[in-house]
Amino acid sequence: MNQAAANPAVAYNEDIVKKFVIAATFWGIIGFLAGVYIASQLAFPALNLGLEWTTFGRLRPVHTSAVIFAFGGNVLLGTSFYVVQRTCRQTLFGGPTFANLIFWGYQLFIVLAASGYVLGITQSKEYAEPEWYVDLLVAVVWVMYLIAFAGTLIKRRETHIYVANWFYLAFIITIAMLHIVNNATLPVVFFGGEFTRSYIAWAGVQDAMTQWWYGHNAVGFFLTAGFLGLMYYFVPKQADRPVYSYRLSIVHFWALIFLYIWAGPHHLHYTALPDWTQTLGMTFSIMLWMPSWGGMINGIMTLSGAWEKLRTDPVLRFMVTSVAFYGMSTFEGPAMSIKAVNSLSHYTDWTIGHVHSGALGWVAFVSFGAMYFLVPRLWNRERLYSLRLVSYHFWIATIGIVLYITAMWISGIMQGLMWRAYDDLGFLQYSFIETVEAMHPYYVIRALGGVLFLVGSLFMVWNIYKTIKGELRHEEAVDAAPQGVRAGAAE
Amino acid sequence: MANVEKDALTGTETTGHEWDGIRELNTPLPKWWVYIFAASVVWAIGYYIFMPAWPTLHDYTKGILDYSSRAAHRAEMARVAEARSVWADRFREATVDEIAGNDELRRYAMAGGAYLFADNCVPCHGAGGQGGPGYPVLADDDWLWGGTREAIEFSIRHGIRSESDETRYNVMPVFGDDYLEDEQIAQAADYVLHLSGQGGSDAGHELFVDECSVCHGEQGTGLAEMGGPNLTDGIWLYGTGSRDDVMAQIRNPKHGVMPAWEGRLDDVAIKQLAVFVHGLGGGQ
Repeated sequence: MNQAAANPAVAYNEDIVKKFVIAATFWGIIGFLAGVYIASQLAFPALNLGLEWTTFGRLRPVHTSAVIFAFGGNVLLGTSFYVVQRTCRQTLFGGPTFANLIFWGYQLFIVLAASGYVLGITQSKEYAEPEWYVDLLVAVVWVMYLIAFAGTLIKRRETHIYVANWFYLAFIITIAMLHIVNNATLPVVFFGGEFTRSYIAWAGVQDAMTQWWYGHNAVGFFLTAGFLGLMYYFVPKQADRPVYSYRLSIVHFWALIFLYIWAGPHHLHYTALPDWTQTLGMTFSIMLWMPSWGGMINGIMTLSGAWEKLRTDPVLRFMVTSVAFYGMSTFEGPAMSIKAVNSLSHYTDWTIGHVHSGALGWVAFVSFGAMYFLVPRLWNRERLYSLRLVSYHFWIATIGIVLYITAMWISGIMQGLMWRAYDDLGFLQYSFIETVEAMHPYYVIRALGGVLFLVGSLFMVWNIYKTIKGELRHEEAVDAAPQGVRAGAAE
Repeated sequence: MANVEKDALTGTETTGHEWDGIRELNTPLPKWWVYIFAASVVWAIGYYIFMPAWPTLHDYTKGILDYSSRAAHRAEMARVAEARSVWADRFREATVDEIAGNDELRRYAMAGGAYLFADNCVPCHGAGGQGGPGYPVLADDDWLWGGTREAIEFSIRHGIRSESDETRYNVMPVFGDDYLEDEQIAQAADYVLHLSGQGGSDAGHELFVDECSVCHGEQGTGLAEMGGPNLTDGIWLYGTGSRDDVMAQIRNPKHGVMPAWEGRLDDVAIKQLAVFVHGLGGGQ
C-alpha cells in the first residue's frame, strides 16, 4: 500500500535537480530570445546588422542548440535525476561530486558550442554543429550521465522499473550512439591544420544519410522519448491519477524505439538517396504514427475521471495541452513523410511550423509543467508564488504558438505552391524572389508569435524567482465558478 | 508484492505496483489503436511489394512496378521537351527581330523571358531592370554596347569581359598613376560634367579630344561598338556623378563583368531574354 511510509526515508540528491532547473530556466530565455531575434531577421534583414557575428547563419544554430540542448537538455537531465531517484527509492548513483561534474561539464559544452557558432566554428551539420573537441567533451559527460542514471536504476529498491525510466534510458543510450557515429570526424590539427576544423569520415550521400539518421532521431529520442519519460512521471503526479494503461505503455515503448530509428530517410526524399531507402523512411514513418500516439493516449486518458482539474489547475493544463500538441505533431510528421506530401512541403516553412508545434507545444509546454511542479517541492515551498501567473503564461504562450504555426502553415504551403506553379505556356509562374516577398507578412506574424512565447516565459521566470524566495501571492483560487457549479462538476 | 486494487473512478484494476505514489491501470490496448497500427503495417508491406524497398547483398528489391525516381524524372523532362519542341524549333530558326515581329512568338518570348530574367538577371540588374551601383540600368535608353535586339542578344550570349572567346571587351586606361597630372584629371572631370550639363567647365576640351574621344566620341555621346559610355546623358554607372566620383573613375577606372550565358541557358532562352530585355523600356 503506502510504501513511502513503510520504508525509511531516502536522502535524495535534490541539490543537483535544483541546479538543472535554474540552468534550464536561464537557457530557455536565451534560446527563446535568440529565436525571436532570428525570426525578426527573416522579416527584417537589416537586423543582421552587417556584422559576421550577428548574421542569421551564425545565430540560427545558437537558437536551435540553446532551445534543444541547453533548455531541453537541462530539463531532461534534471527531471531524469529527480524521477529516477524517486521511482527507484534510491539516492543518485556516483555521489554529489560526480553529479556536479555532469552538471558543469554539460554547461561548459553549451558555452563552448554557442560561442563557437558566433565565431564561425561549425561542422555545418544541422543540430550537430559543434566541432570535434566539443563533441569529445559531450561524449565524456554523456557517459558519466549514463553511469549515474543506470547506476541508480541498478541499485533501485523497487522490484520493477517504472515506465518513465525506460524512456529516459532509451533516450540516453540512443543519443550516445547517434552522437558518436554522426560526429566521427578527423581533426586536421593532427596534420598541421587549424585546431577548430575537422573532416567527417562519411562521404557524399552516406554522410547525408548518417546526418539525418542522427537528426531525425535527435527528434525521436531527445525530444520525444526523453520527454515522454518526463510526461510519464509528471502527468500522473500532477493529476494524482494512475497511468491509464500499463499494457499500452509497454507496447508503444517498444514499437516507438524500434520504428523511430528507421524513419530518418524521409528528410532526403527526392534526392540522390536510393529509392529503396526513401521507401523505408516513408513506410516506417507511417507505421510510427500509432506508437507515437500511444504516449498521447496514456497522457490524456490518465485524466479520465479527473477532467475538471483542467479548469482549476493551470500546471496540469500545460501538461495536457503539451500532450495534445504532441499528438498533433506526431500525426503531421508521418503525413509529411509521404512522398507526395513531401514534394510540396519539403524545403518550405511548413517544416519549420511542424518543428515548432512539437518544440513549443510539446517539449516546452511539458517542460514548463514539470518545472512548475518541481520548484515548490525542491525549495520546500507551500505552493507556487502565483497560479494566476501560470495561467497568464499558459494563454499568452498558447496564442503565440497558434500564431506561429498557422503563419508557417500558410506561408509554407503558399511557398510550395508558388514554387511549382506553371503558367499556361509551361513557364514557371514565380521567380524565387517573388516567393520571398510573398512570405514577408507571415514572417512578421511568426516573429510576433515568438515574442508572445518569450513574454509568457518571462512570467514563469518571475514566478519561479518569487517562489524560490518563499513569497506567496495572495490571490483568489483559479476556479472562480460559483460554489454550486463547482460542487456539481465534481460529481 | 503485487497489490492489485480496483480504481474507484474507472473501475479498472491496477497492476499492483507503485512508484513514488504512481500506480498504473491495467487497461487493455484501445481496439482502434491496434487496428490502425495493424493497418499501417499491412499498408507498408503492400508498398514493399510494389515499390523498391529492401536492400539485398548487392542490389535491392525492385517491386512489381519497378519504379525509379531517376527514370520518372527523365520521362517527365522528355515530356516537357516534347511539348516545347514546336516552340523551340520556331525560335531556333527565327532571328530576335523576327520573333518580336510575330505576335504569337513575341507573347511566348515575353512570358518565358519574364521568369528567365527574374531567376538569372535580377540579382544584378534589379527586379524591373532598374540596375544598381555598378550594374547598368536595363529600363532606360542608355546602352553601353548597343540597345538593338541583336546587340542585346550578343551581350547576353557572350557576356561582358567574360571568359567567352567572343566576349564584349574593353578597358578604360588608368589615367592616374603618373600618366595625367592631378590638375589635368580635374580638368577632364570638369569637362565631363560640362558635357552633361552639370556645371563644370569646357577648359578641358582639348584634353578630352586627345585622350577620351577615341572611345567616348568627339561629342562625348559614346561609341556603342567599343562599349564607350555616353557621357552627356547624366547617367552614371559608378558613383552619383559628383566631381570626386568622375575623377576617381578617370584616375583608376572600375570595370564590371557579366558572365556569358551561352552554355548556361539554351538558344531559345537567350532569344526570349533578348526580346524581354529589349521590351523593358529603352530598346533601340
